Amino acid sequence: MSTLTALARAQAFAAARAQPLATVRHLHLHERPMVLIPYAMAGEANAPLAAMLGTDRKNPDLLVVAQPRNRDDRFAFAASLAEAIVPYVDSFTALTEAVAVDRGRDVRYRFTDAPQLWVPNSGGVEFLRLFGRSTRFRSTEGEYAVPAAVPLLGRWLTFFANTAEVPGSSLLLNVVQAMSLHWATGQSSAEDAQLAALMAWIAPPAGVSVFEAAAAAENPALLPPAGPATDPAFDNHVLAPLLSVAEPDIAELTAVLREQLLPTWNLMWQAIDLLRALPVGSRVAGRWDGDRDAYSAFYQHLAEGGAPQPRRDGAVAAAARLSRLENAAARYAVQRAFDDPLVMAEYRLAGAAFEGAVTLAKADRIDDSGKRPVLRPRIMVVTAEPVRMEPGATLTSPARPSQKATIISVTPVLPGDEAKTEVLLELSGGMGRKLVAEPGSVPEVGERLLFTTLSEAYRPGGAFPEPDQTPWTHGGPPVSDSAADDEAGVNGSAELEPAALSGA
Amino acid sequence: MPRVTATPRPRDNSDSALDRFRGANPAKRHNARTIAALTGNPGCSRRAVLDAAGVDKPRLAQQIGFPMGFGQSRFALARGNGFEAMLKADNCALLLSVLRDVLALETDSVAYADLGEDDDATLGARHGRTRELLAAAAGAALVDHPLLTLEVAGRQVFLEPDLIAFQVEGRLHVVEIKSFAIVDGQADSAKVSAAAVQAAVYVLALRRLLTSLGHDPALVSHDVVLVCPRDFSLTPQAVVIDVRKQLATLKRQLTRLASVSDLAASLPDGISFDVALPPAQLIASLHEVEARYAPECLSACELAVFCRHEASGSTAALGRPVRDALGGVNTIQEALELATEARTPTEEQAEAAALLQAAARLRAGIL
Ligand code: SF4
Repeated sequence: MSTLTALARAQAFAAARAQPLATVRHLHLHERPMVLIPYAMAGEANAPLAAMLGTDRKNPDLLVVAQPRNRDDRFAFAASLAEAIVPYVDSFTALTEAVAVDRGRDVRYRFTDAPQLWVPNSGGVEFLRLFGRSTRFRSTEGEYAVPAAVPLLGRWLTFFANTAEVPGSSLLLNVVQAMSLHWATGQSSAEDAQLAALMAWIAPPAGVSVFEAAAAAENPALLPPAGPATDPAFDNHVLAPLLSVAEPDIAELTAVLREQLLPTWNLMWQAIDLLRALPVGSRVAGRWDGDRDAYSAFYQHLAEGGAPQPRRDGAVAAAARLSRLENAAARYAVQRAFDDPLVMAEYRLAGAAFEGAVTLAKADRIDDSGKRPVLRPRIMVVTAEPVRMEPGATLTSPARPSQKATIISVTPVLPGDEAKTEVLLELSGGMGRKLVAEPGSVPEVGERLLFTTLSEAYRPGGAFPEPDQTPWTHGGPPVSDSAADDEAGVNGSAELEPAALSGA
Repeated sequence: MPRVTATPRPRDNSDSALDRFRGANPAKRHNARTIAALTGNPGCSRRAVLDAAGVDKPRLAQQIGFPMGFGQSRFALARGNGFEAMLKADNCALLLSVLRDVLALETDSVAYADLGEDDDATLGARHGRTRELLAAAAGAALVDHPLLTLEVAGRQVFLEPDLIAFQVEGRLHVVEIKSFAIVDGQADSAKVSAAAVQAAVYVLALRRLLTSLGHDPALVSHDVVLVCPRDFSLTPQAVVIDVRKQLATLKRQLTRLASVSDLAASLPDGISFDVALPPAQLIASLHEVEARYAPECLSACELAVFCRHEASGSTAALGRPVRDALGGVNTIQEALELATEARTPTEEQAEAAALLQAAARLRAGIL
């Protein structure tokens, strides 16, 4: 926890109202998002109980499983969920655009839009991941045949769950995480994990104090949980009697589940409204381009009859994925800081960025010590902020992202009541091709600027061998996973693998 | 093998102060889950005293007007019981088949002893039978419903593992049956670590029992077996978990708790947690025993809603990371005063205060 975020929490408590952690929105917000609330059957391994979903806030669909412990009913539910989700996911393929690749020597195409799913919390993401796992290998033939839409849904859900792990991706979002990224509450993150308690701090109902609203949010009789876990009291007193008969009354089941899910549905749309009211960060669109790339590629993969995602990544695929995730996390952190002064403030506080005024500028300085003379202007920046940087470090200013500034010297200014530091910087790049800088490309005396060690520069990913080049010691060459896998989960007849538990 | 008498050690009744706290109510029984939770917040004297005294905390919380929903869905219970019953049917036929995969049990020589159902009246007898069986540990056997004891906070508590498996060479393994699923070799990490801590409680209790019987405690393996449903079915899958780390933590925390009777004796007279008393009196008693609230209490202790209310306005209520980032000061108000220079920091606070002031300036400048 950074001091800034902790301070925001303290301020939120004192003000009895959530405080902003961002000045811009750091995620893409779709014009037509699909909101989805999965509810699971307690005790079962990912057995669905119900789902409320749709793109029309006034008119949610509610799907219920007639008898959650019955396999056929579960797959009937999966089929109706597929009917609701797959057409939405498929509906962004009308237009494509060309993207130059390989330094303009080639082009590829991507769709101009992509779907966006919202679930209430990380549990919802996890539910979709497991539901994807339990459906994507299903066979559409033979003894346990399911409708073709079921394995297709499984592949899409797996795709979405995988993208949700990529920092900065906006294809599958969860409200708790999205809201916590933009606001700090005066309670702990344990309480924030409950959507209703989080929203109580950000937007309490009119005429109700934050503390009253948060207390009400913890009473499941007033505000039922956002799922996937149900309220045990609801299970014991409402659901159990309804499910105790061989053929439960679907109308009644639907009615009681609607009552449980509707408050969360409304909170989710309210949260989306609040996020929409924030101005969007300028690098968000670039990340959405990446999301559209991923969507387009996966759509293509399915169109070509591609295999379902393997149960587990092989060693090389796992390493490559980890490396991609790390790069995405680093890029996302830098982009958020460049987009948002409140995020950059974290780096200023940590001494990795400083803001100051230009006191000297020599815009026409030429360095002719090399083979040919180069333009290397120097500027002096005075700051009252801590500068924990060494000469030789390369800095960037968000105002001139293509220009590099190398620290020549860092000098504390001794006399005076306030501690100040003079930083001498040598500039390169972003000034045109001549030996005279383009107008405005070199900061002028009096200008206030921010410099940071963060850089948006592209970092190349690691080089990983192709799957068929992988030595056996690292899990390759691969075996096709799809054939052997059908129905393994249901019959459990497959081999027991002595796999190490990831969580242990 | 030494001969052992099968008399259980009598329950330690010397802690009159602790027993008095409970009033006329029977002591709450412990299980591995409550002990695991007990070690979750070892710095909390309030919890240590209440738990050592066997106070019924859910009822206490209810009585003082801060009830907590630690309810369990009957669907979850039914599934857990169903899974366990399935494993144990026909003298544990199915269970044995999965244990063989991981423990190299000998096929034909596995005896199964069920020491009986949960019943307060037979506690002593069951513990005695458990000692006898373990003392005679020669062949491979499965012991169901054994009753172990463990000294917690200066007193003996009874523990009931799901099952203990004997391996052929006489090395004991604790078997934990859990109904959460292992999907593709992965399970919910919070549930796995909770199961590992609980299993570690049993390993420790077993080791202490063997020591008291004159055996080598190392006969109890630190490798425990977790049996869970596999993927989306009810087919069992066994995995071995090394609980050495959990054991070390547990031992350290139990040692710290050992001094609770001294603590109880040092509390003012007239303190009582007898749930028959009026709320105001109970609350006054609770305030006498120091708590150490943290948001983790919300999932681990039935008094959390009360303690959170009491801790409102403290930096601890926002969570450890927030408290640390606020320089470790006690109250939110203090932190804000340091940030706005309305309070002079102490020498140790100077650095944190400077950071808070810089943070406050940055936030104010941007917003
Ligand atoms: S809830 Fe209260 S009594 Fe329980 S551990 Fe936390 S601080 Fe201690």
